[in-house]
Amino acid sequence: MALTEENPGYKWVGTRPIRPDGLDKVTGKAQFGADLTLPGMLFGKVVRSPHAHARILSIDTSAAESMLGVKAVITGSDFPDLAANGAHASDIDVANNAIARDKVLYEGHVVAAVAATTRELAEAAAKAVEVSYEILPHVLTVDEAMADNAPLLHENMITKGVDPAPDQPSNVASRIVHERGDLEQGFGEADVVIEREFTTKPVHQGYIEPHAAVADANNDGRANIWCSSQGHFAMRAYTATVLGVSQGTLKVTAAEIGGGFGGKTVIYLEPLAVRLSQRSGRPVKLVMDRDEVFRATGPTSGTRIKVKMGISNGGELTAAEVWMAFEAGAYAGSPVGAAGMTVIAAYDIPHFLVEGYDVVCNKPRVAAYRAPGAPMAAFAVESVLDELARSIDMDPIEVRLANAAVEGTQASYGPKFPRIGFVETLEAIKEHPNYTAELGPNQGRGVAAGFWFNAGMNSSATVHVNENGTATVVTGSPDIGGSRQSMALMAAEELGIPYESIKPVVADTETVGFNDVTGGSRVTLATGAAVVDACRLVIEDLRARAAKTWDVEIDQVEWVDGQAQHVDGSQPPLSLNALAAKSGRTGGPISANASLNARGVGAGFSTQLCDVEVDPETGVTRVVRYLTAQDAGRAISPDYVEGQMQGGVVQGIGWGLNEEYIHDENGAMENPSFLDYRMPVASDLPMIECSIVEVPNPAHPYGVRGVGEVGIVPPMAALANAIKDATGVRLTDLPMTPIKVLEALNEQSD
Amino acid sequence: MARTHITTVINGDEVDFLTEDSTSLLNALRDEVGLTGAKEGCGTGDCGSCSILLDERVTCSCLVFAPEANGANILTVEGLTDAGELHPLQQCFLEGAALQCGICTPGFLIAAKALLDKNPDPTETEIRYALAGNLCRCTGYDKIVRAVQEAALQMREQ
Repeated sequence: MALTEENPGYKWVGTRPIRPDGLDKVTGKAQFGADLTLPGMLFGKVVRSPHAHARILSIDTSAAESMLGVKAVITGSDFPDLAANGAHASDIDVANNAIARDKVLYEGHVVAAVAATTRELAEAAAKAVEVSYEILPHVLTVDEAMADNAPLLHENMITKGVDPAPDQPSNVASRIVHERGDLEQGFGEADVVIEREFTTKPVHQGYIEPHAAVADANNDGRANIWCSSQGHFAMRAYTATVLGVSQGTLKVTAAEIGGGFGGKTVIYLEPLAVRLSQRSGRPVKLVMDRDEVFRATGPTSGTRIKVKMGISNGGELTAAEVWMAFEAGAYAGSPVGAAGMTVIAAYDIPHFLVEGYDVVCNKPRVAAYRAPGAPMAAFAVESVLDELARSIDMDPIEVRLANAAVEGTQASYGPKFPRIGFVETLEAIKEHPNYTAELGPNQGRGVAAGFWFNAGMNSSATVHVNENGTATVVTGSPDIGGSRQSMALMAAEELGIPYESIKPVVADTETVGFNDVTGGSRVTLATGAAVVDACRLVIEDLRARAAKTWDVEIDQVEWVDGQAQHVDGSQPPLSLNALAAKSGRTGGPISANASLNARGVGAGFSTQLCDVEVDPETGVTRVVRYLTAQDAGRAISPDYVEGQMQGGVVQGIGWGLNEEYIHDENGAMENPSFLDYRMPVASDLPMIECSIVEVPNPAHPYGVRGVGEVGIVPPMAALANAIKDATGVRLTDLPMTPIKVLEALNEQSD
Repeated sequence: MARTHITTVINGDEVDFLTEDSTSLLNALRDEVGLTGAKEGCGTGDCGSCSILLDERVTCSCLVFAPEANGANILTVEGLTDAGELHPLQQCFLEGAALQCGICTPGFLIAAKALLDKNPDPTETEIRYALAGNLCRCTGYDKIVRAVQEAALQMREQ
């Protein structure tokens, strides 16, 4: 059969073998962050602020320090004052978020930490630390934070991106703008203009494994850290910054990671564990409770978003105006920038203005969460698009097809799209039987689409050929969802040896070259490309060795199916096995490194189709059918591509229907448990049907596009559009709880 | 502080350990016995990651005080394999890619075993309700439910 894009003739890429780390994970052997125990290890406990905004007047640690079995107590004064040292503003924020110095900015902000010989003692010692606060007025939402005369979190915060710069500080860290064309003209050309306002609440990544770190400091200034993170190189850099030491003094080993979704790309416990270990002279383990995870880590932003869009009767979008304000939590850095870049990027709209604000407030500092910023933005735009399609009586897929970005479309955020697969995901939904399946009473159907850039960034890989012809593939990208399998599949394909002969390893910060975090859906693309490059260097070396053995030029040697072959067949082939066994006589061990900054990331698109049933008595929305179509470029590991698609959808369903941070009037979180912050469980859901679309990314050796994130972008709008279809009411405030649905239904019938 | 001497059978072996009265069975298993397969995801019985069989009942080990386990028969994920042979559930989770990060997997395996011990031919809905006490944030449950269906089929055919 001829080899084509649809039938590339791969032996391993695209297959579904058992993942390399699977056995350890079904037998309980896998070592996650909290599973490590070292001899003489102490247990640590963090002391946190009960106030949303307060000045620290004094911290008395004497009672805690005098307790038998308490070995160390630390506060902010045990760390260098980066502000006084003239450090970069973003580093100062990282340090102040790790442990407060003068003010606490949210309930749960760290003020001290202790280490003791048992968990129970550490907890008692943490309670014995006496902190005296002057409570300050707080702001919890963008509305409160942007109000005139709002209490300020940071007295020196001057809004960036405004010309001329404001002369007064505020809680607005920055403003972003994207614009093109002439709005007035665009709206003038529209036959229908619809404007809606949307609000969303902070939601947590909800990884099941709480943050955990073990540190073992030596008295020569060096320290070892084991932690659950999405990037141990980043943890090394952040921890070194907070401690005021050189990165070279820290060695960080990535434990198996129990979920992250972006929330484990930042530090919390690591510098505290190192300092406690230095002060006590013993290894220290710090593990968060779930309550601490909710109060002090993640979440992603609560938002207010206004969208106005115009469409012609023929279905052509003429203009879009978007205003967005995103909660950043306690320090600048909400994902409003990415939201602004993605919000209308899926469509070719001639006239637009997108304006966004990054707003600090007295909640935990937001962390990345799967396609950060894009889901809230898409909730707004995809809801308005649904209204526009209804207003001109156009099919929701057709309206998207009529305006979809394609190769050559100039994206709203600047560059022209290379080859992309948005149209193909729309067509996959349209052609699926679910699109025309019969709906029952009180049921409705919604469509929504999503876009995410995906990231490239820096990766390194080393490939060692072992003496028996097997290979070890070493990378530094923590495996959060099966990436060791995709590394092994690509290496097997390149080297021409069985998948089972490849051992993929995630190495520590001293054993492999630098890798950026596992984030931005980048690992299979970028770290995968490094693995492919390293394999190709190994193959070149193998060909050279075969040439030497046969006394021919290297161009006379081809690498086919795991063996060196002479182009005219004049020599018996030399297998990888044979070459490995003789490597000592042909130049020594066979091994290669590759490092790269991945360019040409492939943009990701997802279109989703959701059928819901809304109970008119209770307002409960039940998802009865769900279909997701996503462009993976090339699914190296289809099992885990589907896993990413399904996982993203279900997080989105939780975001859309149930999940939210609830704060009391004092700014304390009222629902910091899995009982009260209710994530979807198995009985809430149907099967999540997947349609993997493969429009290869021309910039990757196997056509890979990132797949981890875009799946969470469409679900909230798909649900809202399905609820509208089922009930006739348009919900614009997430989550769409039974109470809100009932209220809307009652208003409709009044 | 005096510690209490507890005698149990864990994964078929007699195991004694010392514990403080306020220690959870989960922490005793992890810190004293050295079995870290059961995980703490919440400490409040809401996530199921610490699930074990305590005298054949699925139990959140974070909600049991360690001294309450005196005389009990305990099965943890480490005891699911039989002389190195994987339980059909373990094999089906592997083959069906029913795990991503893997932190919730031990709890799901235990809860699914308890279901299949009682009900060898569950419907999809019965599986979904039997696993509703276990949170997974990575998979969306689809492949987990399918893996349990497949394991049930294989076990019935054995």
